[in-house]
Amino acid sequence: MSTTIPVAPTAPAGGAVTLPRTISSEWIKFRTLWSSVLVATISVVGMIGVGWVGSFFTNADWAHMRPRELARFDPVVTSLNGYTVAELAVGTLGVLLVTGEYSTGMIRATMAAVPARLPVLWAKLIVFTCLTAVLMVPTSFVSFLGGQALLGTHSTSLSAPGVLRVVVATGVYLTLVGVLGIAFGALVRNTAGGIAALFGVLLVLPAIVGVLPSSWQDTIGPYLPANAGQAALSVIPDPAALAPWTGMAVFAAYAVIATVVAAVLLRRRDV
Amino acid sequence: MIEARDVTKRYGQKAAVSDLTFTVRPGIVTGFLGPNGAGKSTTMRMIVGLDAPTSGSVTVNGKPYAEHSAPLREVGALLEARAIHTGRTARNHLLALAATTGIGRSRVDELIDLVGLSDVANKRVRGFSLGMGQRLGIASALLGDPKTLILDEPVNGLDPEGILWIRNLLRSLAAEGRTVFVSSHLMSEMALTADQVIIIGKGRLLADVPVADVVARAAGAHVKVRAPDATTLSALLAGPDVTVTTTGADTLEVAGLGSEEIGTIAADHRIALFELTPIHGSLEEAFMELTRDAVEFGTPGTAEPPPAMSTSTGGRR
Repeated sequence: MSTTIPVAPTAPAGGAVTLPRTISSEWIKFRTLWSSVLVATISVVGMIGVGWVGSFFTNADWAHMRPRELARFDPVVTSLNGYTVAELAVGTLGVLLVTGEYSTGMIRATMAAVPARLPVLWAKLIVFTCLTAVLMVPTSFVSFLGGQALLGTHSTSLSAPGVLRVVVATGVYLTLVGVLGIAFGALVRNTAGGIAALFGVLLVLPAIVGVLPSSWQDTIGPYLPANAGQAALSVIPDPAALAPWTGMAVFAAYAVIATVVAAVLLRRRDV
Repeated sequence: MIEARDVTKRYGQKAAVSDLTFTVRPGIVTGFLGPNGAGKSTTMRMIVGLDAPTSGSVTVNGKPYAEHSAPLREVGALLEARAIHTGRTARNHLLALAATTGIGRSRVDELIDLVGLSDVANKRVRGFSLGMGQRLGIASALLGDPKTLILDEPVNGLDPEGILWIRNLLRSLAAEGRTVFVSSHLMSEMALTADQVIIIGKGRLLADVPVADVVARAAGAHVKVRAPDATTLSALLAGPDVTVTTTGADTLEVAGLGSEEIGTIAADHRIALFELTPIHGSLEEAFMELTRDAVEFGTPGTAEPPPAMSTSTGGRR
């Protein structure tokens, strides 16, 4: 290596930091990280795989199914059961998109490039929300349609009452889980803590409320984030839950609140 | 140009930086020295807006960092540790940063060549050595061709070739009229790289002086003399301001006389000399004296010159 350094200042083209540029930067960050591509793939393949395999064996084992299983059987649920895999993957990925920057120190470079800070959060939300919506809604359809084909004579169709709503809502629910993941990642700034907080709220909180007296459960239960969001995921609405899209709106409100708190803290805290 | 005015940063009760005021001028390399924990990194983080000062203000090229519409074009920063996601390749890391400011792919490729990472540009940073990581950090800092550069411990952990490379790079950047602000806890490194040093200890300003002044404090401590007839020579050298210490059968340490004078006296008396070595005082010691004063007396900027540094054998590299 030479010891005289020609720092040829080829003046870079002018221009300021803008939201579209920040979005393009976040998109580069997303697609150039092997882990994010892997987890996104797991969410798609996992959801479809579980739905299809479950549907195939339900059909194959139909003659041997116990009466209790038959009574609970729902072709929509069977084909979309893999959404829990996608929920874990998408939620984790949302958290990682933020906390991965904190754990590696990348956040310092990011925030030095965009010192207004908030555009980074918006850009991450926009990139990831678009991506999960584009992946998860079609995945939900593929999972459902393939599952119905594999269920053979026990299948249902999109035109049956409530079915289209469930298929669409599953994709929307997963997208909102991703938004919550980013918000929790930005709030906690630590991968393990962020994932624990997210799934604590989504999975553990309903279980905790489950030990309370039933009158409390009836009052609080429907408004828990996961319960509210999942109200739209059953074909015949559960009378104890909120109305399907009302519940989804409540779930979305939680995501918005978490995002706003994350934004306020992002402005206030030192990086 | 970096201007800090009465900057204080507190974490709870503890002040990391207290009433720090200094100016970093363009066209020279300014060293930022202090022991570990003195507040160097905190100060640099405040310059680029990662930490907010509790009070006071820092401006870069006339404005607070965050108010620049394209900060990467104003200031390039290499901050402590690596600010790099190790799962990404070097090129993609630079492309992602460049995208925020609309800096093109050609500039990224140019910088990869400049810092000598062409062979590994498409490899993930996880496998990089410390030196390669520092080079990538420097490439990130130079992306926007900034007028001001801030580098936190850029030579930390580098091999001699890397240190030389960074030293030359910093000097050439300053020669182009840029403001170069570089922190270190090694006075000896700054003596070779910087023109001016800002020294802090416990978050307070201790000195803002030309490097030459610090070097002068440490220079000419004593001369090591080896002669078969050391006893005779010792008697000949004795004088009011001269201290001669016998350190071995044929070895003397002489303070107060230069090697020229000692050599001349020995020649006049036909005394054979085996060795005549001027030993400079250690810059590290001069630096430690400066910072120790601050710790002991807590009075910024009034450190007295250290009394004597005759025992060191460190010398300047």
